[in-house]
Amino acid sequence: MSRTLLKSLVRGVAAGAALALVAMPAQAENVFRFAFQGDIKSLDPYSLKETFTIGMHAAVYEALVTRDKDMKIVPQLAESWETPEPTRWRFHLRKGVKFHDGSPFTADDVIFSAQRVRAPGSNFQTNVPADAEFVKVDDYTVDMVLKRPNPIAIAQFPTWYIMSKTWAEKNGAVQPTAPTAGNPGYATLHENGTGPFVITEQQPGVKTIFKKFPGYWGKVESNLDQAVFTTISNDATRVAALLSGEVDWMDPVPLQDQQRVNASGTATVMTGPELRTIFLGMDQWRDELKDSSVKGKNPFKDPKVREAFYLAIDEDTIAKRVMRGQATPSALLIAPALYDRAGEFKRPATDLKKAKELMAEAGYPDGFSLTMDCPNDRYVNDEAICQAVVSMLARIGVKVNLNAQPKAKYFAKVLAPGYDTSFYLVGWTPSSQDSHNILFEIAGCRKAGDKSGRGGWNLGGYCNPKIDEIADKVEGETDKTKRDALIKEGFDLIQADWGYIPLHQQALAWGVSKKVHLVQRPDNMLLLYWVSKDKTPS
Amino acid sequence: MLAFLLRRVIQAAAVLAVVGLIAFSMFRFAGDPVNQIVGPDTPVSERAEIRKSLGLDDPVIVQFGRYAGDVLRGEFGISYQFRQPVSRLLADRMPATLELAFCATVFALVVGVLMGVYCALRRDSWLAGLFQAVSLVGISLPTFLTGILLIFLFSVTLGWLPSYGRGDTVRLGWWTTGFLTASGLKALILPSITLGMFQMTLIMRLVRAEMLEVLRTDYIRFARARGLTTRAVHLRHALKNTLVPVITIAGLQLGSVIAFSIITETVFQWPGMGLLFVQAVQNVDIPIMSAYLLLVALIFVTINLVVDILYTVVDPRLRLPAGKAA
Repeated sequence: MSRTLLKSLVRGVAAGAALALVAMPAQAENVFRFAFQGDIKSLDPYSLKETFTIGMHAAVYEALVTRDKDMKIVPQLAESWETPEPTRWRFHLRKGVKFHDGSPFTADDVIFSAQRVRAPGSNFQTNVPADAEFVKVDDYTVDMVLKRPNPIAIAQFPTWYIMSKTWAEKNGAVQPTAPTAGNPGYATLHENGTGPFVITEQQPGVKTIFKKFPGYWGKVESNLDQAVFTTISNDATRVAALLSGEVDWMDPVPLQDQQRVNASGTATVMTGPELRTIFLGMDQWRDELKDSSVKGKNPFKDPKVREAFYLAIDEDTIAKRVMRGQATPSALLIAPALYDRAGEFKRPATDLKKAKELMAEAGYPDGFSLTMDCPNDRYVNDEAICQAVVSMLARIGVKVNLNAQPKAKYFAKVLAPGYDTSFYLVGWTPSSQDSHNILFEIAGCRKAGDKSGRGGWNLGGYCNPKIDEIADKVEGETDKTKRDALIKEGFDLIQADWGYIPLHQQALAWGVSKKVHLVQRPDNMLLLYWVSKDKTPS
Repeated sequence: MLAFLLRRVIQAAAVLAVVGLIAFSMFRFAGDPVNQIVGPDTPVSERAEIRKSLGLDDPVIVQFGRYAGDVLRGEFGISYQFRQPVSRLLADRMPATLELAFCATVFALVVGVLMGVYCALRRDSWLAGLFQAVSLVGISLPTFLTGILLIFLFSVTLGWLPSYGRGDTVRLGWWTTGFLTASGLKALILPSITLGMFQMTLIMRLVRAEMLEVLRTDYIRFARARGLTTRAVHLRHALKNTLVPVITIAGLQLGSVIAFSIITETVFQWPGMGLLFVQAVQNVDIPIMSAYLLLVALIFVTINLVVDILYTVVDPRLRLPAGKAA
């Protein structure tokens, strides 16, 4: 009997497999399938400032200005703009642009979006200067009036997407979808932009389907009819999906799988420097270092100790061994692509002998012990970098206890209001893509009760009042040469103070099918309008 | 009987309340949700405001009380990451998990029973030895490893089956099913095997042991003596009597299949409740975490309750004497 049973089982499986083979769909449409480790959390373009989500929004929403393949600001919904006076920006809007619901794009939509993006609950409030007033001149001209000159006022406009006023009013989406909203906004699940794609299906955390928008005003480089996004959070599964051809693009490719992807013949790893800079910070704020063998004082208040740490950490080895070459050592807290004079800065070479001397001079010939905080699921090989740092510091007698945790716990510990860390690793991309952000948020002095956000990410409390002065000057300086010189002065001070230990810019690692052609910008956004796929011959 | 039922239901409610309280006191150790809600350059003051409006500054017991009150009113809150009602997210994901659990259980039962019977009847054949070996591997390999191995064999190397997701689904009312499309059925195969592997080996070993036991009993000998065919003896007499404990185990295991689908769902990016939960843990999405834990507790409590009731129906000895109820 068992034989017959087994036989029928085998037959059943075979039938199932046959059915599965027959059902391979014939694809007339050019469909691009792609996967990312995270989700498109909300379709509301003012909900969450997160690179991948913003990049996805860019397929369906558009801004007044955008960044081209070289990150330069170019016109999008504004055909042109000028500054008749330093505090007045005039935008001439593009005519004949339609939202996906068919309604025309006009100045009212810009003014509405300027209000909505700065309303409570928006995570993009800083994208538009808080003091800017938007005035409608006519249906296709808008003025932005500032209280004081600001040369980078539109630096964050490319991710300030324009929404339709009538659509938002009709669907009760006038307010941005705040994380604390009692009821979810319509805009979370639906979009109505002017972009070259429409989203026809959005299952949060599962799947998003983009289709070509037939009424788009411009020419689109992409030849896609459809794009299907899936979240694949597991590294091994994501690699498998790329290798088996089920997805055409995925991000990120784990370092240990890059060779295998390149050897597969069907896909390659597309690498490039990212804008994010990974660096180490030291607590120079507390009078006594936490969790340290040194009592009653804080060794990091002595620049010699900070210099010794800097000189003992061999970044070249970290880039070569830990990052397997997928990192560019950095002398600055900003990526070279974002600051024209970055080439003038050199990373001081690793010098153990000098580091030991400095430690002795500072009164710690035998070193000391301290705790280092490190995330283990945030940046590429973050925990491994910290482990390397620990062993490198051991060479100058510093005993580091490593406290590596998931990002949710790590950031809860090290960020405001506690700043509970002595020594930490963080990665930072200036959202304005400008050096001022570094001088202001990372290197600015932290003051209690300061609402401006200065020093918001200065977790170690490094403070040099001269940098604050420079940052304020940089903010209002409209002459680029003078501005770059001021920035250099600021960065020189950080280096002279040994205020931070910059490590590297990690490399982007996209897994891309050989059938697909696309553009990788250092800001790590996947932009669908530049994606093309070879059509399969039918 | 009614008193017994009532007592059991009260116990079940107490279990749920305790699960909720324990879960809530542990969320504090999961990290800070606010960092996952806003972008990195969000000012400190804005973060503080969000934390306050979410009530995260209140003591755990106050937060729990508020949550319990909401739950009693049928409100499970809004997910921090997706900004949508948790009840809707869970309802959207539930069909995926239940279909997977169903297929995994069917797979475990069918294959497990078949292999078990075969091993019992042909104890010395090489195939039985192979089955035994496979079951050992199945019981000792961790689920994520089985999943990855299957993916690499059937998706990457052979290219037969999808490595992730549910394929195309068909919407029937609020239920989405993968049973009606070819890609949906294909997508079910690997995750079902992965999830059902442990149960399958369990059932196979159980069936084999029970079957060997039953085959030695007198009534089997008498059945043979009556001249019944081997087939009738094995299937109608032996197997039937073997199945009672198997069904009990399979029923009890259903709860764990649903609860432990977390790992399988993560490996195959199966859009079920388990995956939702794992992502919620990574992002400290407290409303999803608490609702999921309550749901799983409810499933376990319900299954145990049903099993308890069935036992008393089947076995009168278990019914408590009325006089000793207090």
